[in-house]
Amino acid sequence: MITPHWQHFEHKADIGVRGFGNEPAEAFEQAALAMSAIITDLSLIEPSEEINITCEEAAQELLRADWLNALVFEMATRKMLFSRFEVSIEDGLLKARVWGQPINVKRHQPAVEIKGATYTELAIYQSQGQWVAQCVVDV
Amino acid sequence: MFETTAGQEEMDINKLHHISDYQWRIEPVNGMHVPGIIFASEDLILAMDEKVYQQVCNVARLPGIVNASYAMPDAHWGYGFPIGGVAAFDPEQGGVVSAGGVGFDISCGVRTLHTGLSVQQVMSKQKELADVLFKYIPAGLGSTGIFHLKKKEMNAMLIGGARWAVERGLGDHADLERIEEHGCMQGADPEQISEHAKERQKNEMGTLGSGNHYLEVQKVVEVYDEAIAKKFGVALNDIKISIHCGSRGLGHQIGTEFLKSMAVSAKDHGITLPDRELACAPIESKIGQRYLAAMKGAINCALANREIVTHLTRQAVKQLYPDNHLDLLYDVSHNTCKLEQHEVNGKTKDLFVHRKGATRAFGPGSPVLPDALREAGQPVLIGGTMGTASYILAGTEQSMQLAYGSACHGAGRSMSRRKATKLWRGGNIMQQLADRGILIRSPSLRGIAEEAPDAYKDVNDVVKAAHQAGLSRMIAKLEPLICIKG
Repeated sequence: MITPHWQHFEHKADIGVRGFGNEPAEAFEQAALAMSAIITDLSLIEPSEEINITCEEAAQELLRADWLNALVFEMATRKMLFSRFEVSIEDGLLKARVWGQPINVKRHQPAVEIKGATYTELAIYQSQGQWVAQCVVDV
Repeated sequence: MFETTAGQEEMDINKLHHISDYQWRIEPVNGMHVPGIIFASEDLILAMDEKVYQQVCNVARLPGIVNASYAMPDAHWGYGFPIGGVAAFDPEQGGVVSAGGVGFDISCGVRTLHTGLSVQQVMSKQKELADVLFKYIPAGLGSTGIFHLKKKEMNAMLIGGARWAVERGLGDHADLERIEEHGCMQGADPEQISEHAKERQKNEMGTLGSGNHYLEVQKVVEVYDEAIAKKFGVALNDIKISIHCGSRGLGHQIGTEFLKSMAVSAKDHGITLPDRELACAPIESKIGQRYLAAMKGAINCALANREIVTHLTRQAVKQLYPDNHLDLLYDVSHNTCKLEQHEVNGKTKDLFVHRKGATRAFGPGSPVLPDALREAGQPVLIGGTMGTASYILAGTEQSMQLAYGSACHGAGRSMSRRKATKLWRGGNIMQQLADRGILIRSPSLRGIAEEAPDAYKDVNDVVKAAHQAGLSRMIAKLEPLICIKG
């Protein structure tokens, strides 16, 4: 068992997000945390309001991009930031409970707006007993 | 959190054939239908990412590409296409339209306004002007526009573009002829745009966005070509205002959705994608036509958005200079695919020209230019960074022959955002720029650090290379006095 975690990786114009977990769903949760951390410091986002997200896509890599793009859509239309994620995946159906709060510019000092999750460096794979989910996001 | 790097390897210049000091060729091998051509100085090539080379080659492998896969002097690693990539496709040769070749921020672009103000008038109220612009122009994540678009108005906006904004009193009629497509891209179909895309846009009209988007008050510090500058209405010590923004959430959502559907459907059209981000479909296919109709709507959204931001800028400037009126010099779009006529082997062909992070740069005599600019050529507006110069160039006859009348679009990043935030603090950057007489206003200090001038290539080198390569002619250089960052 590993401790789930995330990291950013470099892309000159934009930035890559990479989540590590014991199963794909956990790696997806971590990648979502990495994406929120592009915008602001995660500790500044209170997980006080819950929303639900569902995505359906048989190809696991595309589901990965769909998941992050669903979050981008929710952030943009609800004007919220998210800091806690619970994901389950079964037969290409992703269900997520997501917690966050409305954007407060003074508090969050949002650095950038995320335009979308791209297919650049998009991958989901198992390595040394852990699942890794990654892609570059356009900011 | 630790980091790894990807795509930081530099291009091997030995793989390129030297055509001239500003033009380099990649021979068509391994499934490339046409050669690759990179317009850049040796120094710019040496600083380019190896990924640019790969992406130029990959674009050359797409069906129906004509002449060559081009990269502008500011080319950097993009999605599928390099940013700074130009390619044209022939529908009669099975040519494709690519959502990846246009990008997420459809029709992101720059416009420049004449202010008629003197340096002294601006500098005596520099702080007040910065504050009033920051107050009037919604900028940054979470900001909303002053309008809420209901369904009917949304559709009218998507069809009408800047013309729609002008008809509602949110812009000047005289602006329209100085915008590509006269402010209204024909052929947009709101039915091809998803409810999600419209939902993302309904509160975002007239907003600047974030990242590299900005509004700048600038001073003309050098004029290189007096005759054309005069035709453009540009003179030494003039004060101009430039606005860089795009199609906001609507364009991003259309890009996201069609990228996926084109990536998934490519194999149905017999297309093997060298990179999934090159997601494309035959121009004549159903999905190709749907994308074109949706993308045209996003172009109109960007044109309307810049028109409304201009309207707000005019209101803001009037607060300090009540008799002032801002006239539009020109408005250019960067991320587009447009049907254009070009000469290929002595014949006029209808081609779908993709410009990804590249500016249209039509030469003198082009029938699409307004009378006042036709003799001079199209103004090409090149943005710098917060602390560095911007340039006004003009399209040339040669640019029509070189790369379908295209030029670079900006400095191009040389450093990742991550690295920039490690090196700099936003507050320090703001102070350093203030010491040089440049006032920054932004909702985010971290955003300022990420956009620090040194995170970009030297725009002077990029513009010089575009000029030397013949892609466009240098007309004037502008330096920033005030910058509103999203």
